[in-house]
Amino acid sequence: MAPAPLRRGRHRGDVVFRSLSLGFALSVIAIAGTIAVVLFRQSALARAAFGWRFLWTSSWDPVALRFGALPFIYGTLATTAIAIMIALPLGLGAAICLAELMPRRLADALTFLIELLVAVPSVVYGLVGVFILVPAMRSFETIVQPVLGSVPFFAGPAYGVGLLTASILLAVMIVPFIVAVSREVLLAVPQSQRDAALALGATRWETVRGVVIPYARSGILGSVFLALARALGETMAVTMVIGNRPEVSASLFAPAYTMAAVLANEFTEATDKIYLAALVEIGLVLFVITLGVNAIARVLIARVRRAPGAARP
Amino acid sequence: MLDPGLSRLRPTPSATSEAPTKITVRDLVVHYGGARALDSVSLDIPANRVTALIGPSGCGKSTFLRCLNRMNDHIPGARVAGQVTIDGDPIYGADVDPVALRRRVGMVFQKSNPFPKSIFDNVAFGPRVHGERDRTRLREIVERTLRQAALWDEVQDRLDASALELSGGQQQRLCIARALAVEPEVVLMDEPASALDPIATAKIEELIHELKNAYTIVIVTHNMQQAARVSDLTAYFYLGRLIEYGPTERLFTNPSRPETEDYITGRFG
Amino acid sequence: MTATYRRRRRVERLMFGATAAATVTTLGVLVFLLGYIAWQGASSLTWSFLTALPAPVGEPGGGMANAIVGSAKLLLAAALVGIPVGFLGGVYLAEYGRGALADWVRYAADVLNGVPSIVIGITVYALVVIPVGHFSTLAGGLALGLMMIPVALRATEEFLRLVPDSLREAALALGAPRWVAIVRVVIPAASRGIATGLLLSLARVAGETAPLLFTALNNRFWSPGWSQPTASLPVMIFTYAIAPYEEWHQQAWAAGLVLLTLVLGTNVAARLLLRGGAIGSA
Repeated sequence: MAPAPLRRGRHRGDVVFRSLSLGFALSVIAIAGTIAVVLFRQSALARAAFGWRFLWTSSWDPVALRFGALPFIYGTLATTAIAIMIALPLGLGAAICLAELMPRRLADALTFLIELLVAVPSVVYGLVGVFILVPAMRSFETIVQPVLGSVPFFAGPAYGVGLLTASILLAVMIVPFIVAVSREVLLAVPQSQRDAALALGATRWETVRGVVIPYARSGILGSVFLALARALGETMAVTMVIGNRPEVSASLFAPAYTMAAVLANEFTEATDKIYLAALVEIGLVLFVITLGVNAIARVLIARVRRAPGAARP
Repeated sequence: MLDPGLSRLRPTPSATSEAPTKITVRDLVVHYGGARALDSVSLDIPANRVTALIGPSGCGKSTFLRCLNRMNDHIPGARVAGQVTIDGDPIYGADVDPVALRRRVGMVFQKSNPFPKSIFDNVAFGPRVHGERDRTRLREIVERTLRQAALWDEVQDRLDASALELSGGQQQRLCIARALAVEPEVVLMDEPASALDPIATAKIEELIHELKNAYTIVIVTHNMQQAARVSDLTAYFYLGRLIEYGPTERLFTNPSRPETEDYITGRFG
Repeated sequence: MTATYRRRRRVERLMFGATAAATVTTLGVLVFLLGYIAWQGASSLTWSFLTALPAPVGEPGGGMANAIVGSAKLLLAAALVGIPVGFLGGVYLAEYGRGALADWVRYAADVLNGVPSIVIGITVYALVVIPVGHFSTLAGGLALGLMMIPVALRATEEFLRLVPDSLREAALALGAPRWVAIVRVVIPAASRGIATGLLLSLARVAGETAPLLFTALNNRFWSPGWSQPTASLPVMIFTYAIAPYEEWHQQAWAAGLVLLTLVLGTNVAARLLLRGGAIGSA
């Protein structure tokens, strides 16, 4: 073989390739930064006009050009909170069953199926929501109203669409998420912990409740926050069943609005500059909240990876 | 081949004439899936004595131990046949609750496995699960058992600290205290000192010596010197069979089976 | 003493029964969802649905051919953005990146992953649609591509890291320069895992609607080229589902079935491919 004289040529190839990949990697930072910058700048008009009051004023008037984001913030937080209250017991319960009770092969197959639910597009959930959940809720509300109508939570006409409907649909969407992550976390609890509890005379349930779940607490909480982050940004399914009315109401049956939904519906209609800026500011608020929730989730999940329990020698 | 006459071994009277039998085992057979782990083991374990189970890896001694508190129930594919009684009460059977059994028969594991809770909560876990709610009584139990486990002096001023901050030897003594907190009659120990340094091991052995006054102890060990130091009776297992069982001193100085002699002189295993 | 044990056993049975009920409920939703969509969608899934353009508003018939083609074009554009950035960025993180810069890249990818899709739509609207003056397929593709990046990046880095160092060292020891070792040994070794990861990232954005609402908008006709608004399956489903025409509802179900089949089919295929082993021979 002839000796290879071109050391400089090879060196150049390395530099090129490394720079190329570095460039693309850096572009990710640039993209994330750009999003933040764009949101900030395009909302400048609204931020200047309304200041912090924007966050707790509830008037949303595109004609008089007075904007307050409270109905949307309320709607987003309320639907998400109710969704978690429904989804957490369901999801954690299913995770416990799949991790502790079922034979491994069966549980693996069922988990695979449940994880498929995570991949279903939001708009498809919306389809089912519009044509099945909403009529069902309407019937439900019509039955419940005569009995509980005086309670503020259940007041109002039975539209079918509304806060509760959207919350239920959201819950359905995030349950598979909680199941999948929680199950993994539960499976990661060492068998020696269970053995210790069982040997002390605890029943299997007492072992799960007293030892396994506390051990896996950070991871489960992390899964909840991840699900929370997802629910906060959900747009299509929610806007199809929430009623899209920018009003704060105590009733669970009342139509409401979320930040993501108002963006979806009104963005292309915003003719006025300040209208548009107000909408972008809502996007900014949503961005910041989601960022915060994701950060908390990251911290919690990181605590799981640090194995709790290497003793000093 | 095993002499069929040896299928019902009993300890010789001289070592245990004063000690009533606590646990009787008859024709115990255990399968894990298709493989047989224990083949027709029978013996009597006396109360308030330390009985050691020795043998090479895979000989079935840990399997035997786990039969005594029905921990094998939780291994998928495990099948147990035969009879085990404690104070005459059978522990296998449709109407026997393993949860209740495990209050009478406690277990300490090879690798210490404290819960990621405080020292206090670790020891109090057992009593709480069995229904003890009174704070004062729980504190009494925690102090008593930590003293029994020779750990009280070292932790009394930090009972709320995490158990995981303790050293390996301390964690194992904590696990012993935790096991004693439910007031068992029998304490099973599966190689309790194998993960510890010599000093911690010595402390554990001293502990065992003191505990046998109040409890019946069955200990699995692969360390023959430890068995010789610590136990009153020794059972030698090989390939799932009980080969010899008798007073420790006699078994180690004058074993009656050639297989036993091969093992203790180190010819294999 | 037996009374307390009986009570504890009762509690155990009750609680475990509740967890079983939760599992059945969750699975029941899945089965119901898939079954209902299949049932409703199948009846409207005619050949004309797949090949015809939407009929004028209010008239019966018509199909979603333009939406199907539109979605395909959008995914192509998205892939052109998302795959190079995600893939090469992942290569950097796995092969060169140690230290603070790499951490920042990963953090940025996490942020990008967590941004609600509608916010991505706003960003592309401000950056592309406003300066250009109109909605376009390219803008929509860009938005989807941005969403692909974090998924593609993480998958690439993860699978490259799985390749044992001994392979890298073997290539280097034979005199290959670093970049040749990466391109011709390491990447091919992880190719199966990376390919499935990229496929999954594509499947994830195929169902996205929100970012398209103000980038690619919608179109009741064909959209030739790349600089006009285009129809897409998700947006059509949304538009038809909330409209008052029963005929459109039926078509929305059919479109939902097509979209769901594509997305879930890709997911299942990708998972099964991965089960065969993520690291193959080069």
